[in-house]
Amino acid sequence: MIAFLRNTWRGLTSMRTALTLLFLLALAAMPGALLPQLSLNAAKVDEYVAQRGWWGQLLLKLGFFEVYATPWFAAIYLLLFTSLVGCLLPRTWEYFKQMRAKPVLTPRNLSRMPHHAQAELDITPDEAVAKAQKAMRGWRMETGEGTVSAERGFLRETGNLVFHFALLGLLVSFALGKMFNYEGQVIVQADGGQFCNGGIFNYDQFRPGLRVDGTDLTPFCVEIGKFSAEYLDNGQPVGFKADIRYQSGDDLASNTWRPYALQVNHPLRTEGDRVYLLGHGYTPTFTVTFPNGEKRTQGIQWLPTDQLTLASEGATKFDPPGITDSETRRKNQIAVTGLLAPTPLLHGNILNSKFPALNDPMVAVDVYRGDLGVDDGRGQSIFSIDQKMVDQGRLQKVARKNLALGEEIALDDGTKVRFDAVNDWVSLQVSHDPTQGYVLAFAILIILGLGVSLTVKRRRVWVRATRLEDGRTLVEVGGLARTDQAGYGEEFTRLARAVLNEEKS
Amino acid sequence: MPVNETFATYSDWLYRSALGVYFFAILLYGVEQAFSRAPRKAEALVGAGGPDILADAPKSELTRAERIGRMGAAMTVLGAVLHLGSLVMRGLSAGRAPWGNMYEYMSLLCLAAVVTWIVLMAKFPIRRLGVFVLTPILVLLFIGGTVLYAESAPVQPALRSYWLVIHVSVISISSGVLLIPGVTSILYLLKDGNSDRFPKLPSADVLDRMSYRTTVLAFPLFTAGIILGAIWAEAAWGRFWGWDPKETVAFVSWVVYAAYLHARATAGWRGRGAAWINIAGFALNVFNLFFINLVTSGLHSYAGL
Repeated sequence: MIAFLRNTWRGLTSMRTALTLLFLLALAAMPGALLPQLSLNAAKVDEYVAQRGWWGQLLLKLGFFEVYATPWFAAIYLLLFTSLVGCLLPRTWEYFKQMRAKPVLTPRNLSRMPHHAQAELDITPDEAVAKAQKAMRGWRMETGEGTVSAERGFLRETGNLVFHFALLGLLVSFALGKMFNYEGQVIVQADGGQFCNGGIFNYDQFRPGLRVDGTDLTPFCVEIGKFSAEYLDNGQPVGFKADIRYQSGDDLASNTWRPYALQVNHPLRTEGDRVYLLGHGYTPTFTVTFPNGEKRTQGIQWLPTDQLTLASEGATKFDPPGITDSETRRKNQIAVTGLLAPTPLLHGNILNSKFPALNDPMVAVDVYRGDLGVDDGRGQSIFSIDQKMVDQGRLQKVARKNLALGEEIALDDGTKVRFDAVNDWVSLQVSHDPTQGYVLAFAILIILGLGVSLTVKRRRVWVRATRLEDGRTLVEVGGLARTDQAGYGEEFTRLARAVLNEEKS
Repeated sequence: MPVNETFATYSDWLYRSALGVYFFAILLYGVEQAFSRAPRKAEALVGAGGPDILADAPKSELTRAERIGRMGAAMTVLGAVLHLGSLVMRGLSAGRAPWGNMYEYMSLLCLAAVVTWIVLMAKFPIRRLGVFVLTPILVLLFIGGTVLYAESAPVQPALRSYWLVIHVSVISISSGVLLIPGVTSILYLLKDGNSDRFPKLPSADVLDRMSYRTTVLAFPLFTAGIILGAIWAEAAWGRFWGWDPKETVAFVSWVVYAAYLHARATAGWRGRGAAWINIAGFALNVFNLFFINLVTSGLHSYAGL
């Protein structure tokens, strides 16, 4: 049993296994780049699975749409890191032993070394040794009777160990981050809209880490002021900026607001959380004047369907006022749906957008009246009406018209729908990751360790001076690069030249 | 910032000139490769031992083929200068770092490959391989200059960051350097096992050492490029790593190059195995450049064309 365990451990920590695991890791990571992933685009995964039938279902079951969360992916990297630990422990032990060890004794036959040079000189062996010592200043050296053995380049192993330990540290920090991080997205109206990080229900979308239940979010609030976008003539955006105010930490108690210019690439960093400007769009405002003279005004974000021209679609929904009977109320709900063109382009009556900025915006609206189906307990998209209600005839299209700002449309029962204004909305992302600082620190160590271990070479030089019968001295120099020979030749030649000359040091 | 059309025109003109000069260099290298005799056995051994062979060769013994090869090398340098000029002009015309779209990115990548090649030519007696190295570079430049060509223009807000200057340049340059070991590893596979085969190629040992030394130079750079990308992603997308397709394939090719370095130290994988892995690494980089940019969609796609 012990033999089995020992053999398994040896097998696992061998370089060959590590190599195999590296290949497996590379292979296993690939589907994540080739197949749509749930974490990036869930809708695309649904579409992909639906199109492939049983094959798609099988891939789904095997986790191919969430590769990096699957047990098989985890198994590979955990095995790899176990193998790494098993390789590193003995190496670290060896490393500390070697740090204290003396350079190995001069071998008997230096001419067998990959690098070798010799000369007969008119100096004494002691002088030759002194010269060798001088030439190899900075090397770890051991002087014997007529010999010098020197070694250099221990930093290589230092760098190598630092690199591998930093890799371990990075993985652990990354894993801890996945426990305690959270990330949420929310759309906030510009010109006064507020968002407070009070709980997950304030978000449109929230992705908690494994150990986050949403009760302990970092408290802070932001208020969106003016949003501004700058475009080139061809519609390509140049810059987005949202002037915001925020309060966090002690400012919450004292109700102090601090200004910040939120921009792409310039998130707000406060109290360990970050707030990002992800996108923006338009919110048309409509006022419905009901037959009894009562007015209701609504503005809700519409969704950009064309990222270049920001032509947007959406549905602004109204409840008739003053009706207490829920049956009657439900038969008279109103929805204004259609297309918003920030800069209108009309082909006859067909409206489209030709530019993303607001220049006399227009809407092409379909007004629906009837039961919106918002009371049946199921959630529905804020960007559209429930098509089923339309198909069942419970929601009917009662008007269609293009409206410029201030224009209105009159329905058959005297209800009027007016297009009042267009405002901006911004979509924000809040991110929290308590360990990303450690990840960065380990990443820097990775680069440093790698740089050192791949540039420094571990190499040895031996010098032996032997008195010959004629009174001259035979000086031999031998050299060996322990890791890879490349580039050692030049250095050895230089050293040998410094040792093998007639000058007395 | 408005685009300076004059500089943009100069840039395009220099790009085309560089392509022409590279093409001429390939012809010259090809002539040398075709008409020079294979080195005698003894010579080949000296070549394997160290980089001194070129310096030691007496000038008077230069054959006509060798002189043509030297012209090819000179043409390569001239091409690199024009190529650099084209990038500088592009940068001046758009008022930003000249690697904001795929055309410019590939141009920088190829320049890095050419410069690496010039440095290697000075260190190893391998000038005649120029035809094999410059041909893929010329193909990439040709694709970049035709199918993927993009007018000089400002970039999107997300790319307006000093990280564009740092991250993209480091990744592009390291990928360019990695093109060289990709090519020499293929040549290694052709040569390995039988030193009489393809007698005009340098010995397998020289090819292996060239591959290793360039990979070792580029790998830390590539690592740094990925990490710099992660730092930028944290500021731009809200997380430092999100398995975006481009990130994933970069990670995979990083793992493959790491495997290459380990394979060179593992019995049974040295030599042919390692060479295959290096080729796989470069193939992944090419895949990441073309397939991931052009076919899949991800956060990096705005770099698109």
